[in-house]
Amino acid sequence: MANLLALVQNETIKVWKKKRFAVIVLVLLVLIPVFVYAQLKIAQNDAAKFPDWRAELQQRITDNTNALSSDRIPEEWKKWRRALVQQLQYYLDHDVNPDSPNAVTFTSSFLENAVTLFIPLLVLAVASDLVSGERTAGTIKMLLTRPVRRWRILLSKLIALSLYVALIVVTASALSYAISGLAFGYGGWSAPVFVGFSLKGSDVDTSNVHAVAQGAFLLMEMGLVWFSALIVAFIALMVSVVVRSTAASLTTMMAAVISGMILSNMASSWHSAKYLFNVNLDLTVYLQGTPPPIDGMTLGFSLAVLASWGAAALAVAFAVFTKQDMIQ
Amino acid sequence: MKTESEAAKTDEAAGSETEPAKAQASASGCREVVLSVRGLQKNIGRKPIIRDVTFDVRAGEVLGFLGPNGSGKTTTIRMLTGLIQPTAGQALVCGEDVSRHPEKALRHVGCIVENPEMYPFLTGWENLEHFARMQPGIGPDRIAEVVAIVRMDKRIHDKVKTYSLGMRQRLGIAQALLGSPRLLILDEPTNGLDPKGIQELRAFIRELAATGLALLLSSHLLSEIQLLCDRVAIIAAGRVIAVGEVDELVRQAGVYTLWHLDRPDAGRSMLERDAGVTIVGEDEHRIDEALLASLPGAIVTRMDERAVPAWVESFVRSGIGVLGVHKVAPTLEELFLKLTEGESVG
Repeated sequence: MANLLALVQNETIKVWKKKRFAVIVLVLLVLIPVFVYAQLKIAQNDAAKFPDWRAELQQRITDNTNALSSDRIPEEWKKWRRALVQQLQYYLDHDVNPDSPNAVTFTSSFLENAVTLFIPLLVLAVASDLVSGERTAGTIKMLLTRPVRRWRILLSKLIALSLYVALIVVTASALSYAISGLAFGYGGWSAPVFVGFSLKGSDVDTSNVHAVAQGAFLLMEMGLVWFSALIVAFIALMVSVVVRSTAASLTTMMAAVISGMILSNMASSWHSAKYLFNVNLDLTVYLQGTPPPIDGMTLGFSLAVLASWGAAALAVAFAVFTKQDMIQ
Repeated sequence: MKTESEAAKTDEAAGSETEPAKAQASASGCREVVLSVRGLQKNIGRKPIIRDVTFDVRAGEVLGFLGPNGSGKTTTIRMLTGLIQPTAGQALVCGEDVSRHPEKALRHVGCIVENPEMYPFLTGWENLEHFARMQPGIGPDRIAEVVAIVRMDKRIHDKVKTYSLGMRQRLGIAQALLGSPRLLILDEPTNGLDPKGIQELRAFIRELAATGLALLLSSHLLSEIQLLCDRVAIIAAGRVIAVGEVDELVRQAGVYTLWHLDRPDAGRSMLERDAGVTIVGEDEHRIDEALLASLPGAIVTRMDERAVPAWVESFVRSGIGVLGVHKVAPTLEELFLKLTEGESVG
């Protein structure tokens, strides 16, 4: 029996030689400079509006400190304000304009915006034809008439796919950092970001708020983006097994991902929609403390929903692939 | 005048090194069985598309798998190679069941199912490396060896998308040979090849059979089977309706004797009077029309060939000039039609 490593090597080589990853890098190389340019324009506008940002920052610190001494403000709110003051003071001390972006903040906001649509699309470029592509080309007949059990073949494809998903997330982040750094400078790794906000009913619970370095924050975001991309990849693999043509498989997955984005934007009163995988893809909202698309969604909830979808997709993919008759 | 089967014989004689192998294979009926197909069935939904397929392929023999398009050849081959799970019955390769232990059974099988589709974005060599990794014990030496066998040395490092169909076919065969199989399954191997490519492939297949490989060739081309195979299994509407030696089946279908006489009408009335002679009407035989065109007014008969000298003598005595006597073997097409009489084919 052929060893699994050799099979994974086969699958990795095929994706690479098909130039799928090259296309992804090319897309990133074209689009990131466009985003960087847009961001640069915004920064220039802001700079024109507020010529003395230090004075403005000092004003905000004073306002918040004054509010802290007021009795009318509840204790939790004071905690949040103290955190904010701490953050603003850091910027002032380090002579950093919080509104002027650097490569780290740019990369982080790029990932936040890319997680629901852009990254999944890049993942689909690899995942969607992993099995259906072999069927369309007819090479599946060569692949499955070799003395290897089918589940091992699919497993090797799954492992190769997971490697590429990780590579895509890292490459997108690295290119974003490298390109935006040209415009905004490469600093900003240690600037503090405040995390730990959570929603309790209509209130923001700030009891767990603490500062982390922006670099660490970026890594956390990358981890979450990786996880949601991986789930998209698993589901795409399942669709690629079930649907015979690559075009159909790609269209199905794109429709699923895009409809998730639309649903999230509908600030849904349809509560059970929160069990759909595609409204849970934006895991980074939980880090920023912005409210999730549907009430009752938390980081843990979203991770659990995504994990269940991923596991179910893999179960279907393996069950179908190992039994399926390769008639055409 | 050469009939199709006579042409096959001369062809064989030309490739003299393959002659002993073929003779040997057909002489011994008790060679080791490499592929044993037993009562294979396949239903799609409720509709049976393969009803009963049973045959054996022995080492060193070429078995032709003959049937019209849609008769179930490819479905059967897909079951033999693990692509389709049979509804009932089994296919054993060297004693291992293909559907239960594909990883053991397929080790001994090399195959091309329909077209030899390889990865067009890889080079020929990379394709072979890819398939070599799927089976233990195949190193670069073996890859170089099969490349040499199919004579692809010059273009092996080019991308497959630049290959002609003939080269893809050869690369497909190289892939099939990689694991040193004991059974080679080729589905419609001459499809889309030019005449030169077909000729090369035939010679190559005979060479392979001479090394003791068991070969299963499917075809809807009757001449192909006659030229290449020792035995034939004939499939129609999902059923194997006959298995036997090609020559034997041809003999069973009967040989024609064609009389070309200067007074055909007188000759015909003489022949009609003999109970041992059957005159075959124009619509009842399927002799190549090109052949008949060169014998205008020829009388087509079936008779014992030993009676031919006596008939020549009696024609001469009656003053009827004999311009020519021809023996014509039936084509496999005719044989096929005879076997499937009354069944709707397709």
